[in-house]
Amino acid sequence: MRRLADLYEALDQTTSTNAKVEALVRYFKEAPPEDAAWALYFLTGQKLKRLLTTKLLVGWTQELTGIPDWLFAEVYASVGDLAEVIALLLDGLERPAEPEELPLSVWLEQRLLPLRDLDAVEQRERVVSWWKVMPRRELFLLNKMLTGELRVGVSATLVIRAVAQVAGLPPPSVAHRLMGTWKPTPAFFKQLVSPDVSDGDRSRPYPFYLASPLEQPPESLGELKDWLVEWKWDGIRGQLIRRQGGVYLWSRGEELITERFPEITEAAAALPEGTVLDGEVLAYENGRPLPFAQLQRRIGRQKLTPKVLAEAPAAFIVYDLLELEGKDLRERPLRERRAKLEALLKDRPRVPLSPAVKAESWDELAKLRDQARERNVEGFMIKRLDSAYLTGRKRGDWWKWKIDPFTVDAVLLYAHPGHGRRSSLYTDYTFAVWNGQELQPVTKAYSGLTDEEIARLDRWIRAHTKEKYGPVRSVEPEQVFELHFEGIQASPRHKSGVALRFPRIARWRTDKKPQDADTLDSLKELLHAVH
Amino acid sequence: MASIGTPRYLNGALSASYPFQDRPPLITVTPQGLYCAPGDFHIDPWHPVERALITHAHGDHARGGSRRYLGARTGEGLLHRRLGADSAIDTLPYGERLRINDVTVSFHPAGHVLGSAQIRIEHQGEVWVVSGDYKRAPDPTCEPFEVVRCNTFITEATFGLPIYRWDDTRLVAEDILRWWDANRAVGRSAVLFCYALGKAQRILAELARLTDRPAYVHGALNSLVAVYREAGVKMLPTQLVSEVEKGTSFAGALVLAPPSAGGSTWMRRFGEHETGFASGWMRVRGNRRRRGFDRGFVLSDHADWPDLLRTVADTRAERVLVTHGYTDPLAHYLRDKGVDAAPLATPFEGEAED
Repeated sequence: MRRLADLYEALDQTTSTNAKVEALVRYFKEAPPEDAAWALYFLTGQKLKRLLTTKLLVGWTQELTGIPDWLFAEVYASVGDLAEVIALLLDGLERPAEPEELPLSVWLEQRLLPLRDLDAVEQRERVVSWWKVMPRRELFLLNKMLTGELRVGVSATLVIRAVAQVAGLPPPSVAHRLMGTWKPTPAFFKQLVSPDVSDGDRSRPYPFYLASPLEQPPESLGELKDWLVEWKWDGIRGQLIRRQGGVYLWSRGEELITERFPEITEAAAALPEGTVLDGEVLAYENGRPLPFAQLQRRIGRQKLTPKVLAEAPAAFIVYDLLELEGKDLRERPLRERRAKLEALLKDRPRVPLSPAVKAESWDELAKLRDQARERNVEGFMIKRLDSAYLTGRKRGDWWKWKIDPFTVDAVLLYAHPGHGRRSSLYTDYTFAVWNGQELQPVTKAYSGLTDEEIARLDRWIRAHTKEKYGPVRSVEPEQVFELHFEGIQASPRHKSGVALRFPRIARWRTDKKPQDADTLDSLKELLHAVH
Repeated sequence: MASIGTPRYLNGALSASYPFQDRPPLITVTPQGLYCAPGDFHIDPWHPVERALITHAHGDHARGGSRRYLGARTGEGLLHRRLGADSAIDTLPYGERLRINDVTVSFHPAGHVLGSAQIRIEHQGEVWVVSGDYKRAPDPTCEPFEVVRCNTFITEATFGLPIYRWDDTRLVAEDILRWWDANRAVGRSAVLFCYALGKAQRILAELARLTDRPAYVHGALNSLVAVYREAGVKMLPTQLVSEVEKGTSFAGALVLAPPSAGGSTWMRRFGEHETGFASGWMRVRGNRRRRGFDRGFVLSDHADWPDLLRTVADTRAERVLVTHGYTDPLAHYLRDKGVDAAPLATPFEGEAED
């Protein structure tokens, strides 16, 4: 545990990428594989299934410290991180000079995971006994694991780079070995860093290649003939794998969603052995995508009824070919992969090829882009025909050229403190539009302001608070913000009756008065216009 | 088991009703600041007044423009720097009593910065103490806090939440030195941000116990370091950054600068460097991460939560007024413990977050 605390501290105490990689490399070189596997598990953002409720942890902390509810709430609002609050409050306990030290894997396998099977009395006894002897840093990490929120704040890319350096492997191989589901066992870690490249779990997807937003005019990309243009479908990006008799459908979030889409799985079973496709899962009927809301019905459901299957049939619209006949094609140019795809996907209506958009010029393309909304797509994907299939978001070869978002001017009504790095600032906001004489909350939004704007707005919020509800403040309805969003849906769950998709703050409209904000009626008109 | 947040001495011990309930409050908040009517003077006024008693030389407590000032003697040099050489500043040695109109006043060490004082005001047997800013932790740059028995204690609450609890200052100083050494070993400079008055000198004095290597200082700190030296405070030798010959390498150096220098062009000269910030706010990880410092050193010139509670108990005050910082939580907590406590709204800032 101490070694992990050292690593956490080293990562936390530097803003330099190189220093972070160095610290990771040092850790993975020194830690035994059974500990390294668990560290990797947390470093790659995985979480333990909840061991006990946070309510219990809060209660025990209050018992030990005599902190009443209202004061705990006050402290939590100012820190924003429960594990840290508990560690800071318990810091006043007397601790032994030489605390016991146990390896990370022992902590997890012999202490933490067994907690799940104990009753609250026994859970309390154990956790409190650990709390009383642990040094502050380790106690913080323990709390993070108990609350299931141990995030370390390094990107997967850095972790992969460090493991690759320790293993002497190219980073893409490590990235590939880390895809999909794996258990934090010593065997897994040994295999991860082993130089043997003939390994392979047949279900394992390749890392996704992601497009970057096109911020320049498309003419800056050069000649249109060097590029493949496709519609940017609005669904779930995924990878469809057909290997060794099995079919696996992965979402970009590395979730296995095979079971959710039986019609796709069935169609994929007919693909040749050793095929891996990159594409988008869509609700799709008669060669046309249905709105995203239809697809959501397929994701949200516990059970897939025949009714849902009939009303929201899904397809996997294919962008790319990563593997054919068991051969990794990612290094081949897109032109070649695409030609192979065309032959492969003939007459497969549930795994259709994403069609190329034909245009003579960028200008003509821009005109076609105006049809994006009617087509239920988000804009264009523009891919260089010579490009390899890379890993992650590498700029230059793949671009997304999205349609302009919808906008609404709304009034700031409530402010909530942020989390982590922004826990002492008000960074999350609730916005309202006019419903007659009243302001009706319609959406929350947080991203989009600069740090300087956030700090300025934070000061304004503190000075113009009307009421406090725990950590939330209602503020004078004075500040107007231009919000952007990608879609609008009718929603019985929202009091306003509408739900905005991907809302974010575009601009702080200091030039506008609250009475200049938009109305709920105008949003409802928009809702009818797009559906 | 004994609970750590509830000192036994606060439980009900101070709940006796206030002995001077029938009198008007000795000190009230007016638009100019804290005002003592029977003495006809203000304390740390935020607008110019006829006569101002000053607890210490920080900008939110010592403001210019008043006709006459009175402060603690050891703070004279700093008050002149803050208020201008022409200001009419009288001083009193700690503990010496002075009659002003109908009250008797005296200054007592607050342990905050050099020359900082609590102001004791006595009127017909009733005693009020205005503590300004204070701390109980040892500090080689100033006189240690003195407990003053009083009826009403006016306290700050900059760090009035139970998460604020300071480690031994010497451990923090060793931590700073280790950080400096680690940067020195790889030829980087270590730029440590801290408040120009008080914190910077305290760090230099603490480090002087551990090393004699000189440190570099920003111009905003330099003249204040000189005032402390004149007062006989032993600190690391210092050199002004702007007086270094052009092209000199700062590799391996420790540089002390005010937080406002962070991100400015002034920083360019240091080449490869790490940044640190010494402040009580660094106790909370998010505060450091948000500001983008490499290192946070938890070091404050204010009382932490246990010391706020301890001090309230030590003064045996029957009533506590809380002026700035986490005023509501501290007052609420004290009331829960049976202390007659209330917030008192003032524009004092305590330890600003930037």
